Amino acid sequence: MFPVTTIHYLFLSTALLLIGTMGVLTRRNLLVVLMSIELILNAVNINLVAFSNYLGNVNGQVFVIFVITAAAAEVAVALGILIALFRNKETIHADEIDILKW
Amino acid sequence: MLLDGTLFYLFAAIVLVGAILTVTMRNVVYCAVCLITTLLGVAGLYLLQQAEFLAGVQIIVYIGGIMVLYMFVIMLVPIGEESRQRRFSSQKWLALLGGAVLAVQLGFLLSRGIGAFELAEPSIARDLGDLGSNSEDVGGVLFSEYLLAFELASVLLLVAMIGAVVMAKVRRES
Repeated sequence: MFPVTTIHYLFLSTALLLIGTMGVLTRRNLLVVLMSIELILNAVNINLVAFSNYLGNVNGQVFVIFVITAAAAEVAVALGILIALFRNKETIHADEIDILKW
Repeated sequence: MLLDGTLFYLFAAIVLVGAILTVTMRNVVYCAVCLITTLLGVAGLYLLQQAEFLAGVQIIVYIGGIMVLYMFVIMLVPIGEESRQRRFSSQKWLALLGGAVLAVQLGFLLSRGIGAFELAEPSIARDLGDLGSNSEDVGGVLFSEYLLAFELASVLLLVAMIGAVVMAKVRRES
């Protein structure tokens, strides 16, 4: 079996990013859309860690910590908005929340 | 090296299958469980890349914190009628087309190989037997070079916490 190089991790991260993008664009349920955003952020993190290992430098890992912080903040606020939305509109489907559309 | 390769393909398979199931499953609870599987696979990949501290953070913060938050909200929102409704929105074919274009672009870049990327020369590889030093390295850089960013991140978390409470609070009309 040939050795695993950085490019393998880049391929994996690309695939994960594409799956997450598809989830964001196609799913109706807002909870699943948020989970797809987590997939995208994880793809970015895999990339950062792979390059951090390739260059022998921990700066990439520090960036991953900040990305995880931003993800936690984003999820907390987004889920709060989701609860408020559900209380007012009785739906969490992305295509039924269209009061800003004309 | 052989073990490394086998483990990489195992974790990569876990990550990709979990991600695909997350995006395609009908029940939101199953989606969340598949996402947890994916996050565990990503933690394993961090371990393979000598990022042990991040693997721990991934499991504690993502699976222990963020996914529990998701589960709470899933339980708050009734999902009983979800299984009889459409999963995908009406723009799915357009989205698939855009995704295909993105895949072709990224695939072209990757197919040119790592030599096309003009990367800096990797410095001398850290010795692999030294497993205890990763969190020390990360902590040293985090608290010296990135101290300001670290403090700002804590402020961001505080703001997000207050924002979440304000958003989810029931407002009483007087």
